Amino acid sequence: MTTVSMTVNGKTVSADVEDRTLLVSFLRETLGLTGTHVGCDTSQCGACVVHIDGRAVKSCTTLAVQAAGTAVTTIEGLSSGGELHPVQAAFRDNHGLQCGFCTPGMIMTSVDIINRHGAHLDEATVRHELEGNICRCTGYHNIVKSVLDAAGRMTTSAAAE
Amino acid sequence: MIPGQFVYHRPASIAEAVAVLAAHGDEARPLSGGHSLIPMMKLRMATPEHLVDLAGISELKGISQQGQTIVIGAMTTQADLIKSDLLASALPIIRETSLQIADPQIRTKGTIGGNVANGDPGNDMPGLMQCLGATYHLSGASGERTVAARDFYQGAYFTSLDVGEILTSISIPVPPAGHGYAYEKLKRKIGDYATAATAVILTMADGKVATCSIALTNVSSTPLFAEEAAQLCLGTSLDAATLKAAGEAAKSISDPAADGRGTAEYRREMAGVVTARALAKAASRAMKGA
Ligand SMILES: Cc1cc2nc3c(=O)[nH]c(=O)nc-3n(C[C@H](O)[C@H](O)[C@H](O)COP(=O)(O)OP(=O)(O)OC[C@H]3O[C@@H](n4cnc5c(N)ncnc54)[C@H](O)[C@@H]3O)c2cc1C
Ligand code: FES
Ligand code: FES
Repeated sequence: MTTVSMTVNGKTVSADVEDRTLLVSFLRETLGLTGTHVGCDTSQCGACVVHIDGRAVKSCTTLAVQAAGTAVTTIEGLSSGGELHPVQAAFRDNHGLQCGFCTPGMIMTSVDIINRHGAHLDEATVRHELEGNICRCTGYHNIVKSVLDAAGRMTTSAAAE
Repeated sequence: MIPGQFVYHRPASIAEAVAVLAAHGDEARPLSGGHSLIPMMKLRMATPEHLVDLAGISELKGISQQGQTIVIGAMTTQADLIKSDLLASALPIIRETSLQIADPQIRTKGTIGGNVANGDPGNDMPGLMQCLGATYHLSGASGERTVAARDFYQGAYFTSLDVGEILTSISIPVPPAGHGYAYEKLKRKIGDYATAATAVILTMADGKVATCSIALTNVSSTPLFAEEAAQLCLGTSLDAATLKAAGEAAKSISDPAADGRGTAEYRREMAGVVTARALAKAASRAMKGA
């Protein structure tokens, strides 16, 4: 057992866990944050994507102890004051989800993509950057549309500040 | 799936990591990005009792140029390789190869040291390192030593690393400016290991191949340095007959396993195809650069 401390969605958390605890189990079972999903459990589908220090990673293939001392953000940490994050809002407006199982991972990945590429995003880049996320429902077109729409909203609002 | 029980260690220096590894012998394993090791532990294909995480060792990170040599720290991630301006100008084949490994999230965690030390014939960096004539720097309880990438691989998951040794960095001689390069990887889908892949670095003078280096990925239990195939190209303009002969030479040293990617015959055939493609692409880039 190791006492693992990290920041999750802005709050400091600390818990005694077995060293073999995966980050996704720590989030879902220890902290009750079930927005992060487990799909394949073999680092292929991206349903479990969260941010560690701002970068999208697969939490089914990361140990909680590896994330000790970092800042983790999950889908629960995106909206603020009851307002959806622009990427969440763009997925809703563009019909970027159907069953919703892949959506938390898609959105966490999309936020990272927009943060890194900003206004320079084009469709081809979005498609390449989403290679680690699988969706069984949408056929991806509306997901790509959502990401491009969100990128537009986020860069316009950043420019206005 | 959850890995079996182990004790996690997070040393802050190479010396400390080597000491922890030495104390636990073959029950301990280094952990880098974890994107080969953790999946294997979840499947119980690996059951280390001690994991020594190298993430806290800052001396293992970074890319630098020392004269005509590029040195890459073992803990440099594939995402860092893709982002590096130095590599983009001096060794663009590293970026081209990295972009064909797994997917963006995996590349954010996966390291070059873990990729070359893993010993999985499916890994893409070992063949590339053989093509580039890279040297691995190893550190263990009995001191430091270097091993050429071309001598490092002995069988699937069996390398020259001794128990308790860690790979600390890789040094790569910078190919001449204007060289041609290509990493051609045939795969079934994104995130798949190669059905067959070939790395090529060459230089051209007066429309003829002046120097050439070729290595193959995932068509044997180790990466293969394809010396004869490269020899055949020297002094030629890489005409169709030469490309065919080089492809045949690559096929003749291939010994792939039949797996979900195809029969052994198919995969051997593809080793020839990707070799010819990589040579043609490298040559056209060298001509453009000239
Ligand atoms: C879905 C998926 C698809 C993938 N596709 C590809 C692909 O197409 N091509 C490809 O090349 N790879 C692929 N990978 C593997 C990925 O690139 C790994 O990140 C890489 O193989 C290992 O790097 P790591 O840093 O994650 O190492 P780890 O998983 O931490 O370690 C791997 C092994 O190397 C040992 N090790 C690690 N670092 C050192 C060191 N410094 N010194 C000594 N020993 C060390 C460990 O003990 C372990 O045995 C894929 C992985 C996944 C999950
Ligand atoms: S559950 Fe982690 S990638 Fe599928
Ligand atoms: S919306 Fe159902 S898997 Fe993507």
